[in-house]
Amino acid sequence: MNFDKEFDASGLACPLPIVKTKKALNDMSSGQVLRVVSTDPGSVCDMAAFAEQTGNQLLEQSTENKKFVFFLKKA
Amino acid sequence: MATKKMAIIATKGALDMAYPPLILASTAAALGWEVQIFFTFYGLQLLRKSLKGIRISPLANPAMPMPTMPVLLKMMPSMEAVATKMMKAKMKKKGVASLEELRDLCVEADVKFIACQMTVDLFDFKKSDFIDGIEYGGAATFLKFAGETDVCLFI
Repeated sequence: MNFDKEFDASGLACPLPIVKTKKALNDMSSGQVLRVVSTDPGSVCDMAAFAEQTGNQLLEQSTENKKFVFFLKKA
Repeated sequence: MATKKMAIIATKGALDMAYPPLILASTAAALGWEVQIFFTFYGLQLLRKSLKGIRISPLANPAMPMPTMPVLLKMMPSMEAVATKMMKAKMKKKGVASLEELRDLCVEADVKFIACQMTVDLFDFKKSDFIDGIEYGGAATFLKFAGETDVCLFI
């Protein structure tokens, strides 16, 4: 999937993957796509909860080489 | 969608108890919530310019995952420093944010910090002991905001 920006949260524990994803989204425009990579298993549920509450759309979530990959479309 | 609000009373100054208010506040702010933390009693330690004094004690803390040791050993003067050092090293290894980083994230995200004036006076803290940008108030100040919140926690 195409994306406009990437944020690598590998090695970070809760709440940093979410809090820093939000920071990464701050300077993006509406409709742009952010790719987030995380190694925190908790981030799978957390990213869905983040998307639901902020209106940023979780386009896709997958697992690659034991890492969790998310595509978020900025609201 | 109306902005959600959360109010937290932070009353503890030990390392393990310092985390929950800052984790929840920084996350809620990332979700777009309006957040206030009211720091009182030992929670005021979290507002000090340096957070280096925040420690964890193995004494009277039977659930702490550390090598089994008799209580008499846990009472040794250096044990608190050892336990704190071990805990901080473990946290760093596991990618857990430092208290300083979480507090900075809260400040950056406009979480409002309020120091309890009564306990500031009780412990003879000076405003210069604390970080800039905090407010001072009492129970009525806290309740004014807390009464309008969706989540209100005492930690």
